[in-house]
Amino acid sequence: MRSILELTALELGRRIKKKEIGVEEAAKTALAQMRVLEPELNCYVTVDERMVLDQAQKVQKKIDDGELTGPLAGVPAAIKDNLCIEGLPATCSSRILENFMPSYTAEAVVRLLDGGAVILGKTNMDEFAMGSTTETSAFGATKNPWNPEHVPGGSSGGSCGAVAANECFYALGSDTGGSIRQPSSFCGVTGIKPTYGTVSRYGLIAYGSSLDQIGPVGKNVEDCTAVLELISSYDKKDSTSIARRDYDFTSALVDDVRGMRIGIPKDYLGAGLDGQVKEAILKAAGVLEKKGALVEEFDLSLTEYAIPAYYVIASAEASSNLSRFDGVKYGFRAKEYEGLHNMYKRSRSEGFGPEVKRRIMLGSFVLSSGYYDAYYLKALKTKALIKQAFDRAFKHFDVILGPTAPSTAPKLGQSLCDPLKMYLGDIYTISVNLAGLPAMSVPCGKDSQGLPIGVQLIGDCFQEKNIIRAGYAYECSRSYEQPELAVRGAERDQTMYGETGTPKGSMAMENKWTEESEGAGGMGEAAYAAAKRGAGIRITASPDGTGTGGAA
Amino acid sequence: MANAISRETIEYVGILAKLELSPEEKEAARKDMERMLDYIDKLNELDTSQAEPMSHVFPVNNVFREDVVTNGNEREKILKNAPEQKAGAFKVPKTVE
Amino acid sequence: MSKQYETVIGLEVHVELATKTKIFCGCSTEFGGAPNSHTCPVCTGMPGSLPVLNKQVVEYALAVGLALHCSINQYCKFDRKNYFYPDNPQNYQISQLYLPICHDGWVEIETGAGKKKVGIHEIHMEEDAGKLIHDEWEDCSLVDYNRSGVPLIEIVSEPDMRSADEVIAYLEKLRLIIQYLGASDCKLQEGSMRADVNLSVREAGTKEMGTRTEMKNLNSFKAIARAVEGERNRQIELLEEGKKVIQETRRWDDNKEASHAMRSKEDAQDYRYFPDPDLVPVVISDEWIARVKAQQPELQAEKMERYQREYQLPEYDAGILTASKHLADVFEETVKLCGRPKEVSNWLMTDAMRLLKEHEKEPEDLSFSPENLAKLIGLVEDHVINRTVARNIFEAIFAENVDPKQYVEEKGLKVVSDEGALRQVIQEILDKNPQSVADYKAGKQKAMGFVVGQTMRAMKGKADPAVVNQLVKGILEAEI
Repeated sequence: MRSILELTALELGRRIKKKEIGVEEAAKTALAQMRVLEPELNCYVTVDERMVLDQAQKVQKKIDDGELTGPLAGVPAAIKDNLCIEGLPATCSSRILENFMPSYTAEAVVRLLDGGAVILGKTNMDEFAMGSTTETSAFGATKNPWNPEHVPGGSSGGSCGAVAANECFYALGSDTGGSIRQPSSFCGVTGIKPTYGTVSRYGLIAYGSSLDQIGPVGKNVEDCTAVLELISSYDKKDSTSIARRDYDFTSALVDDVRGMRIGIPKDYLGAGLDGQVKEAILKAAGVLEKKGALVEEFDLSLTEYAIPAYYVIASAEASSNLSRFDGVKYGFRAKEYEGLHNMYKRSRSEGFGPEVKRRIMLGSFVLSSGYYDAYYLKALKTKALIKQAFDRAFKHFDVILGPTAPSTAPKLGQSLCDPLKMYLGDIYTISVNLAGLPAMSVPCGKDSQGLPIGVQLIGDCFQEKNIIRAGYAYECSRSYEQPELAVRGAERDQTMYGETGTPKGSMAMENKWTEESEGAGGMGEAAYAAAKRGAGIRITASPDGTGTGGAA
Repeated sequence: MANAISRETIEYVGILAKLELSPEEKEAARKDMERMLDYIDKLNELDTSQAEPMSHVFPVNNVFREDVVTNGNEREKILKNAPEQKAGAFKVPKTVE
Repeated sequence: MSKQYETVIGLEVHVELATKTKIFCGCSTEFGGAPNSHTCPVCTGMPGSLPVLNKQVVEYALAVGLALHCSINQYCKFDRKNYFYPDNPQNYQISQLYLPICHDGWVEIETGAGKKKVGIHEIHMEEDAGKLIHDEWEDCSLVDYNRSGVPLIEIVSEPDMRSADEVIAYLEKLRLIIQYLGASDCKLQEGSMRADVNLSVREAGTKEMGTRTEMKNLNSFKAIARAVEGERNRQIELLEEGKKVIQETRRWDDNKEASHAMRSKEDAQDYRYFPDPDLVPVVISDEWIARVKAQQPELQAEKMERYQREYQLPEYDAGILTASKHLADVFEETVKLCGRPKEVSNWLMTDAMRLLKEHEKEPEDLSFSPENLAKLIGLVEDHVINRTVARNIFEAIFAENVDPKQYVEEKGLKVVSDEGALRQVIQEILDKNPQSVADYKAGKQKAMGFVVGQTMRAMKGKADPAVVNQLVKGILEAEI
């Protein structure tokens, strides 16, 4: 029998429903996997074991009482640390939000909880979602579970890494310029960025408000679709939320692409694309073609203008969105300062990392007196043209297929020296955010180094079902591959679990865990209180201050 | 087209953004900004004279709340994260009038 | 001063709208309350919170715009105005720059110099800031976000005013219109109406505008008038000395009757406006505009005309009563309860106005209930009390909103009309004053007045003078 950890979220949900696996057992198994792998991977920034187990028991009771009947009831999940959850710190992996405890829970997470999710913890990310490697985190980089010498991608690197490493069964990420899709591609998992307005942004700490969307990360298309169905809603608290006609995305999970028109932009296959990636993408297209899809290459145009337009718009919005972090109401306040404005400057300069400062500076500049028309307005017009280009393309195609990223995951530290070069890595994902489209990344093989490659499927606005159908059909042709390290952890967990499913012994744990030396629930009152306060449950590594990275 | 960003501009943007950069950071920021702006200037190749600036992708409008009080007193929750507080208020260095 | 100067004034008037909740969240707008007791994640700028527009704000802004003869931007948007200050929790204020809801209107004012139109440049919707309290014991400030997010409209006039008189007339007219619309109570003291004055001077006869300054912190009409004079003189002095006026924001100190510049190095005045991506555009249909127009309540001119027609009040009275929406409301409510419009008008025009003047208050400050005034009028009409007593009771109503019926009972102020009792009192007075009887007999009519006066005094004013007169006359005649 496979380890619990190897189950998909929906498989686990079914087994929990049949009472073959207990909710607490599932949660403990994931926690044990974390204990084994986290010292190496650093996917999480906050884990509160006591809270996890409390919640698991409550969810189990509701399942037993017939109150929770959804397909994901009892399944443990991880949440990116830019989503607010009452009772857990939300840091955006930034020093400036150290110790920030939100007083409310993000709408998307509320919906997960209503569906019976057990929240395992908050995942690491590029600081304020600004980066493509998860190296700009103030709490240390996350490592790629396929090869810890490589980055997991970003900014949702923690969420994608945790799914790949079987440290959770699914996760939520956010995507402003590729932040769900690119790390999904690098980590060999599936991630969906829904149509703008599909998932409420209420409780998502904003980076670029007009581009940000929350989406699921999972082991396969099926899991992601089920999660997407759960978190999508029309939310009156988010003015940009859109009331859609239907939310039954799972109805598109059919292995049938006959007659589906799939376009491959020639612009996405040109210079800059790694040969092995290109080969894998075209092979994936071939699989769909064999299944009856009509595949054709075409000129999308304007691809090269997406990145500059994106950096103007996202930086401008970010400079304004991040001005609220000032040491007055929450978060970090510098120890020494003279007067109000100096307090602002010190707190922000000490609290933000270099990549965040870079974008705030750029954003402030492009909005400043005399430059608005030349930069911001120009970028908004470019955005309109990019949208029109997609509109034209979707007259001919149901799905646009291409690479998610130009290459597989680079080594740690490699991307840091040249921000501009790093930004170019977002070329295939960024225009999707500008046009508000739904897109997903699905694993489609590995390169010669054994690093995963992802194929990106882009749909027209509100046409998630098309990409889900294409992704699912493709996925049916191959089996899910997990990194060796994730299996290694799982094997170790077999030896760690006794008959009662209680973890034995303790690893040299990092500070992110509540101390728990003997058995589950054995946490002392003091540790529990500390957990409640949010103290001592997060890595407190000092911001390294060297990070820099690409999109988001 | 090469953009030249002066030290004064970096100083000025630092005041707008409330960021205090060290001399090295300022120099790095100046070069970064020049390089990014050179890159962004690529947009000038594009004829956008026929395009309307698009801030929202979808033409959604008129999203309103009714004028009904829904929030009670959340003062405790609102203040709990304050770096410094006094008498139920957020404490800040003296503001000059 | 050899040259003649002309003062050019434009006003930016902020008005807090009378909504129940804030502009972007469901927090109460109630004035007062413990610091931060009317706050939530939205109006304190908590990370992840999002604004949703209160529809009533648009309704009020439209109503004011239409009453001020504005054109409506049927596609309007919100923009962010970025600046750092602790009373501004997001460090940006949600306002309207590029497409404000109303533009190009006018309002007619009247001063000693005659009637004139003042142009309205635009009206935009925005959120108010929190309150900064300067701590008395420590060198720090305290931030209270109860006001943060209270809806405002900013009414920007054209630079059409030339004197303090015109400025005051303009403000009074705006206040009257907005109060009639019910869009705000416009109380300067409580800050629900605030004016910033943009002022420049130029040599009489020149067309070019001088350099203007913006004056803030003006919280009464008197302060505004003084600030206009003060700034005009300051600028003229500078020009006379051959110096230049600097374009800047100045803070008026009404105690010192002087202003000072508010500039600082950290205050770059570069607000980096851009459309707020968290809010969607507001599209105002022709139907919506028509509905707001149709629902427009009666404004002052119409009300004044109706008072003359419906209640047969003189023009002068109708003018005074309608010069304050609150006074007009009290009038109408009272008339509804007891009829007798002329009587109600008299009470308000004479006694109420006199007391307001004595207490240095405005008609808006009248706080008694129309029920009590109506009851008082009823008591007089039914001869339960006489007019002298009634005027004393009105003072108590004015001060403490007493119930006149209860008051009359408790204080025993009812008119005594029991003839037997009155006869006894009169007889006692005649007994004590035989001279008066003798005088009357001798044909001195005055003597009767004396007896009546003495009786009224003995009755502490509670007797009906007519009855007393009649009785005294009867008794004296009998003596003859």
